Amino acid sequence: MGKRSNEPLVWSLFSSGGVIAAFMIPILLFLFGLAFPLGWIEAPGYEQIMTLVRHPLTRLVLFGLCSLPLFHWAHRFRFTLYDGLQIKHLNELITVFCYGGAVVGTLLAGYILWNIP
Amino acid sequence: MKETHNYTLYHPKWYRERVSTYWWARQWSYFRFILRELSSIFVAYFVVLILFLLHALSQGPESYAAIQEWLRTPFAITLNFISLLFTLFHTITWFNLTPRAMPVRIGGKRLPDWMIAAPNYVAWVVISAIVAWFVIGG
Amino acid sequence: MIDTITLEVARYRPEQETEPTFERFEVPFNKDWVVLDALNYIKDRLDGSLSYRWSCRMGVCGSCGMMVNGEPKLTCATFLSKYVPGPIRVEPLRYFPVVRDLAVEMTDFMDKLKSVKPWIIRQEERPLSEGEYLQTPVQLDNYKQFSMCINCMICYAACPVYGLDHHFIGPAALALAQRYNMDSRDQGTDERLDLLSQHEGIWGCTFVGECTKACPKNVDPAGAIQQYKLKAATEWFKSFLMPWGRK
Ligand code: SF4
Ligand code: FES
Repeated sequence: MGKRSNEPLVWSLFSSGGVIAAFMIPILLFLFGLAFPLGWIEAPGYEQIMTLVRHPLTRLVLFGLCSLPLFHWAHRFRFTLYDGLQIKHLNELITVFCYGGAVVGTLLAGYILWNIP
Repeated sequence: MKETHNYTLYHPKWYRERVSTYWWARQWSYFRFILRELSSIFVAYFVVLILFLLHALSQGPESYAAIQEWLRTPFAITLNFISLLFTLFHTITWFNLTPRAMPVRIGGKRLPDWMIAAPNYVAWVVISAIVAWFVIGG
Repeated sequence: MIDTITLEVARYRPEQETEPTFERFEVPFNKDWVVLDALNYIKDRLDGSLSYRWSCRMGVCGSCGMMVNGEPKLTCATFLSKYVPGPIRVEPLRYFPVVRDLAVEMTDFMDKLKSVKPWIIRQEERPLSEGEYLQTPVQLDNYKQFSMCINCMICYAACPVYGLDHHFIGPAALALAQRYNMDSRDQGTDERLDLLSQHEGIWGCTFVGECTKACPKNVDPAGAIQQYKLKAATEWFKSFLMPWGRK
């Protein structure tokens, strides 16, 4: 029979990323992208944010928040390229670009979060 | 599929239409689907933004001030506004599809879709409030 | 009130044209008529050479599926009055090869149905003397929705993934597989898994959701596929964490 693929794994990552993105991104994007820069709400100061970010639990959440949604993107984007542009013959390249991107992003997130003073 | 059927051998020629590359632009529901899929790009953008913010934070107050400065530019505001719309679209479509993927049966009856979707929205409000509380006040 | 309505019917006669064309027919407008009635009127009174399929004209046989103004519909359940003042465009089901006029080739679909083994698979048949396989109403309810399919292929005509890749097993066949997987009498889940867990199986589905919207029988193929993905992913993790658990 055909190849038993890694699809279950990437789909699970896609789904959990989708859940995290759905719950957390709008509020954070609203605060940091609109409310703070436009002065609707007073932005927290550097030290205040740092205290928050230094906490191990926050770092863990941030790590999940960076990594999983990237896999969410990878999966959806892969299928969008695949179906939307009908470029199936580039399948391998697309797969490497999408999931590879997510892996690189995850590593980067780990590195940055680890090195926060 | 590979099996050949003898009777199809003697068919006259069939007409097969090629699906247009712009199939998603031809029908509103398909277009909506593509928008939903494209929301993932803005999800990825958000992660990149967060990574830049965190990186700036770890570099010290000056770089953090610099990135805040950038966030105030009209370009950044517009970008973030559009991203917010797309991520909201993601949230709503995601929640509304949950009942399809995870039907809940109680006593043999399938719960109506809204009863499964509604708790998601409640949880969303609660989580947003908690996140906001931590960021602003915490 | 109007007296007549115009139908633009796709014609494809392989012996005389290489591409389908549209032909306009004016039929009496009757508010109780469905699109199929109008086609029958054309066949009986205007042009006997028009080819299309139908049988039950009551939404049971599944043979009268066509595109009506761009949407896949059972023409026996689609009223003319919905499209007043017209014209109404009638085309063969999308994404299938056209044999003639409104009739499509459905071998591909038939093969796919068969490939998911849509019958009850038993590891070991029980001897007749032990009686029938009993099922509680709750167990029946588990899969009943997925068993209502009439094989009309409307969901295929709604599904862009099938349109783009004809290897995709597609909504109805996957829903049917799930119908047997969820049947308490069936033991064939493992046997079906190999086929279903390929890329052309459940994983090719991107949850466009159009199949469910189009289905005249409320089968919800999209839901069936997502539920199966969830199940397959759980199984995958289980077999990964406990390799000895599966054969
Ligand atoms: S699932 Fe619905 S739309 Fe698809 S073939 Fe069956 S009855 Fe028709
Ligand atoms: S004619 Fe039988 S379903 Fe329409």
